[in-house]
Amino acid sequence: MRIFAAESEILAPLATGWFLENAWLIPVVPAIAFALIILIGKRLPMKGSELGVLSMAISLVLSAGTAYQWVQRVNGASEEQFVSPVVRSWSWWQSGGFDFGIGQHIDGLSVVVLFVVAFISTLVQVYSLEYLRGDRRYTHFFAALTLFSGGMLAMVLADNMILFLLGWEIMGLCSFMLIGHWWEEDANSRAALKAFFTVRTGDMGLLVGISMLYFAANDWTQANLGLSGFSIRGISAWALSGEPNSSVITIAAVALFIASIGKSGQFPLHTWLPDAMAGPTPVSSLLHSSTMVVAGVFLVARLYPVFFVGLDILGSGGNLIVIIGGITIVISAALAFVQNDIKRVLAYSTVSQLGYMMLGLGAGAWLPAVFHIFTHAFFKACLFLGAGSISHSASHHSFDMKKDMGGLRKVMPITFATWIVSTLALCGVFPFSGFFSKDEIIDNVGYNGYNTFMVVGLIGAFMTAAYMTRATYLTFFGEPRGASAGHAAHDSHSAHDSNTAHDSHSAHDSHDTHSAHDPHATPHESGLLITVPLMILSVLALSSGFLNATPFGESWERMKLWVEPRASVVFEESKSGGPGESLNLVAGVVSAEDSHSKSVCGSATPEEGVCYAPQLNHAPFKWSKAIMSMLIVFAGGAISWILSMLVFTKRDPRVAGLTSRIRLLGLGHSFLVNKYYLDHFYEKVVVRSVAYPISRAAYWFNQNILDGVLHGAARVTTKLSDWVYKNVDQRVVDNTVNNSAVLTKSVGTAAQPTQSGRVSQYGALLFSATAIAALVLVIVNT
Amino acid sequence: MFVNQFLFLAAVLFCIGVYGVIARKNAVLMLMSIELILNSVNINLLAFAMRNGSTDGHTFALYIIAVAAAEVGVGLGLVLLVYRNKKTISVDELSEMRG
Repeated sequence: MRIFAAESEILAPLATGWFLENAWLIPVVPAIAFALIILIGKRLPMKGSELGVLSMAISLVLSAGTAYQWVQRVNGASEEQFVSPVVRSWSWWQSGGFDFGIGQHIDGLSVVVLFVVAFISTLVQVYSLEYLRGDRRYTHFFAALTLFSGGMLAMVLADNMILFLLGWEIMGLCSFMLIGHWWEEDANSRAALKAFFTVRTGDMGLLVGISMLYFAANDWTQANLGLSGFSIRGISAWALSGEPNSSVITIAAVALFIASIGKSGQFPLHTWLPDAMAGPTPVSSLLHSSTMVVAGVFLVARLYPVFFVGLDILGSGGNLIVIIGGITIVISAALAFVQNDIKRVLAYSTVSQLGYMMLGLGAGAWLPAVFHIFTHAFFKACLFLGAGSISHSASHHSFDMKKDMGGLRKVMPITFATWIVSTLALCGVFPFSGFFSKDEIIDNVGYNGYNTFMVVGLIGAFMTAAYMTRATYLTFFGEPRGASAGHAAHDSHSAHDSNTAHDSHSAHDSHDTHSAHDPHATPHESGLLITVPLMILSVLALSSGFLNATPFGESWERMKLWVEPRASVVFEESKSGGPGESLNLVAGVVSAEDSHSKSVCGSATPEEGVCYAPQLNHAPFKWSKAIMSMLIVFAGGAISWILSMLVFTKRDPRVAGLTSRIRLLGLGHSFLVNKYYLDHFYEKVVVRSVAYPISRAAYWFNQNILDGVLHGAARVTTKLSDWVYKNVDQRVVDNTVNNSAVLTKSVGTAAQPTQSGRVSQYGALLFSATAIAALVLVIVNT
Repeated sequence: MFVNQFLFLAAVLFCIGVYGVIARKNAVLMLMSIELILNSVNINLLAFAMRNGSTDGHTFALYIIAVAAAEVGVGLGLVLLVYRNKKTISVDELSEMRG
């Protein structure tokens, strides 16, 4: 099948520009900076950190330029026109008929995520200048942080799955290095390993999915688009072409989704995320807001056509993504209630918010989910950096809300204000940014027929408001306790609940490894390098929602206009792009009468041309729904506030200590404290059931088969050797041996000087012998 | 013409590697020199694979990379143990095997 240019009017070529064409520089800059920091970082006046900050700032400028030119490009296109991505690709390597490309794919989605990643990374690096000052591996920290961002940026603008995989794995590696930054403490390196292995479990799915898609799609994409089966555009078009075998694409989608589960901390592989708090706080902030965990969501958003077709999104009342997302929202929000560690509350909140994104993607709410990536990055980064600010300046590097915080609103006004703004955004209170994204997700999930999951989303919103109120209360209100009351730093190792003993590491960024930083006597506000990023982020947490403010009508929905790919059928001249040459897509509108109705993409096979994106629905905004969810959020906050006050400050006998008095509640509490026993399940059941039978089987094999063979062989050998001794050994061998010994002795004496014991001399002899042999070979052959 | 340049590069790398093995006293640097030699061989293989248009050379090179990784693993392990026992990794100090 070959695609012909449509007869309908060919539209004017889309605008492009230097930033769009050269967006591939965005990840290259941090990669170079990484190499420089490793090589010369320690000799620089600021120990290499200036290179990290500078490279992220350059990336930020480049991605801002890219975003600006992308907006120009979209604005220049007509309303129904498919705005083709700016693709450039080069051959990376060729082998056995496979061509592995490397290149950029810039469209609305990548522009948004590029900007967010570069922005948050820059702020986090600035913050780290102060937070990690005096750390023993300061240079390596910045190197890893820079490479981490570089990996994410490379993944975001990848034009094919191989480069995508590369960025994905770089992030996996860097997260391991950063989580285990203070590896001297056993618990930290355990957390790093746990993160690495859990994510690796999911990564298997990514490899399987990519290979399956390649072998299924390659023929079609080569024939119709002249693209490889790794290319993201090719796979998207193939998925929507009606060509794929439904079971193949379903299995591929499930395999890819398993990778997302691992990376984005979805149930049941979410257990690594809270443990990842063992890393320094800036790492947690970066990892949880914009880089690592968003990668899984980004994978689903990037290859959305595959999931759309493979999992029959919009076609049924439930699918794998929605179910996993829904479960994740509720279970992780429930876990957030029993945490004493402020960073762990935020970690579970991240897991829960990622559940919302998955829920949205699974239910066909692509744009709200992507928008939630955007807004969530700002407020979650702000919350984490706020937590870091508290531990840095007020609570002696402790993160324990119950023991070392409380009443901090007076001493840390800036941290407090930014925290409140971000919390309101996280809870989705109008007009903070979370409202415009989270509410849209819940709304669209219901609109697309997933009514059960809309209720799950609302329950999640209630729980979010409640646990954030609890955390805010414990941290900023009530009486100062422990370190924040000015008491000397105490040993927080031993004071932990025995149930959570094995992960108590995350309760503090250990004092001992942080030795160069002397503890402050009294709580105070943090310095400018910490508060300025906080303020910038909180302003964005407040305002970024207005980029897609659905309540105010069509003209406010800028994100929808700029980011969502338009589901028009595209007619393009099949033309393979040479190295470094961008493909010029000639896009056409189907026909005049169709132009304002829904496109066939996603629901039927396009007759001529290809689709790159499925047609999605958008729920119309209703104030009644918004007010309902607002009421739910306020109810959650109010109930939690009253309970927190009664339990933590007044010690009201009616509610305090309920879990120890009522058995059922106590059971539920310890069920939550033990994280649903999932960690126990993985370690005791999964690992043992795999590892133990193998060792037992090996032992049996060793004892019975190998030993049996050995014993039999030994008996035969004894008989044989008797005969050999009499005949061969005594007569033949001994004579030979005696003679050869004489010979050897004389040769040995002659050759003794060469055995100098010096390796270089041996090397020289070896190479000269080889050279002579080579010379002989050449002479003989010619 | 095209292959020549690769062969020339490989020869230069090989010579640098040989020089390193012979002249260096530091065991780690010797290991690195051995890596250079191995990789110069890889370049040769790949250059000829490219000229002949076959994938055999690529496969061979991948095997060599794997073997080289194993070799470095063993080699660095040795160096580490030597260092623990002798507090030095200079190969000149290790002449117990003198005949």
